Amino acid sequence: MSELILDRRAVLSRILQDRDGALIVTGLGSPVWDLSSLDERPENFHLWAGMGLACVTGLGLALAQPDKRVWVVTGDGEMLMGVGSFATIATKAPRNLSIMVLDNEHYVETGMQATHTGQGVDLAGMAAAAGFARTLTVREDGDVETLATALKEGGFPLFATVKVKADSLPKKLSPRDGVHIKNRFRIALLGEDEAMNLG
Amino acid sequence: MTETWNDAAYRLFKAQGVQQVAYVPDGGLKSLINDLIADNDIETVPVTTEEEAIALSAGAWLGGQRAVVMMQSSGVGNTINAIASITMTCRFPLVMIVTMRGDYGEANPWQIPMGQATPKVLEDIGMKVIPVETVADAQDALAAGMTMAYESSAPVAILVSQRLIGAKPFRSDPPFGQGAA
Repeated sequence: MSELILDRRAVLSRILQDRDGALIVTGLGSPVWDLSSLDERPENFHLWAGMGLACVTGLGLALAQPDKRVWVVTGDGEMLMGVGSFATIATKAPRNLSIMVLDNEHYVETGMQATHTGQGVDLAGMAAAAGFARTLTVREDGDVETLATALKEGGFPLFATVKVKADSLPKKLSPRDGVHIKNRFRIALLGEDEAMNLG
Repeated sequence: MTETWNDAAYRLFKAQGVQQVAYVPDGGLKSLINDLIADNDIETVPVTTEEEAIALSAGAWLGGQRAVVMMQSSGVGNTINAIASITMTCRFPLVMIVTMRGDYGEANPWQIPMGQATPKVLEDIGMKVIPVETVADAQDALAAGMTMAYESSAPVAILVSQRLIGAKPFRSDPPFGQGAA
């Protein structure tokens, strides 16, 4: 297996330079801490549980908001639990959905156990076989620019495996109250009247 | 001709402005799924496992849309962590239509334990469970359930009995239920 050289937060920080209003769903664990450390705002919906379900949460959002770009940022362990959703997403083929897996080949939160992706399992290959319009694997700095361009230009749905070092970085926690995270997201997106059903 | 429960569901989805329906198919949902697929104003999302439907419904609500999820009772076990962890924690609305196996006239013994456990496990995680045995029950339960979900953010499971949809026939087993062929 190739050496892991990219820093997860450096990659995400670069990608976020072009966020431009994208709605982001994070999968549980490190991706939550990454996004809350770099760019915490109401348009982030953080899943603190529901392993394997970040991508389909993003699909429901993308179908509901076809004019908004929706990004899902998750980890390799989380994604492995939901690979059936590759079929679901590829079939619906939303033109506004991008999935980025920060793949450090380990379950960091539970003690750095190895995941399947360090042993030959290729998530981007699985997504390609399911029918994603564009898939890529990001291993070095030059690939990060390719990803940044792909996030703007597609094709979509886009799936990127971003191979990153298995670091456990300092955490800045996101809000953890689920009702709050849901309501602030809906208010930011829909306005208070619609979000809180004041009609 | 009187309305079937599938017809009632479709009519009420339209009346309530449902825009996404996620499902794993079941025989009891056949005509409803076909009507939904034919409707260009509703996104039908076939999922590979039932827990995906729960997350899709949450994502739809985040984006300002109403969703319904549909499955056979044997798939309810797959949804439990998703409902408890996401739906309950964030108080997302949830309208879950469950067509039953293993509850009445079942000829497949492998379906009985999960069918018998279905209402109990859903109640254990805090869902409002509404059993349905007739078309009139279905009309009431669907209207009441959707109002509770979309207006009060309640998680509601509507369990449609084999008394209504009929038991799947094997060999020469006699058909049961109002919907049996």
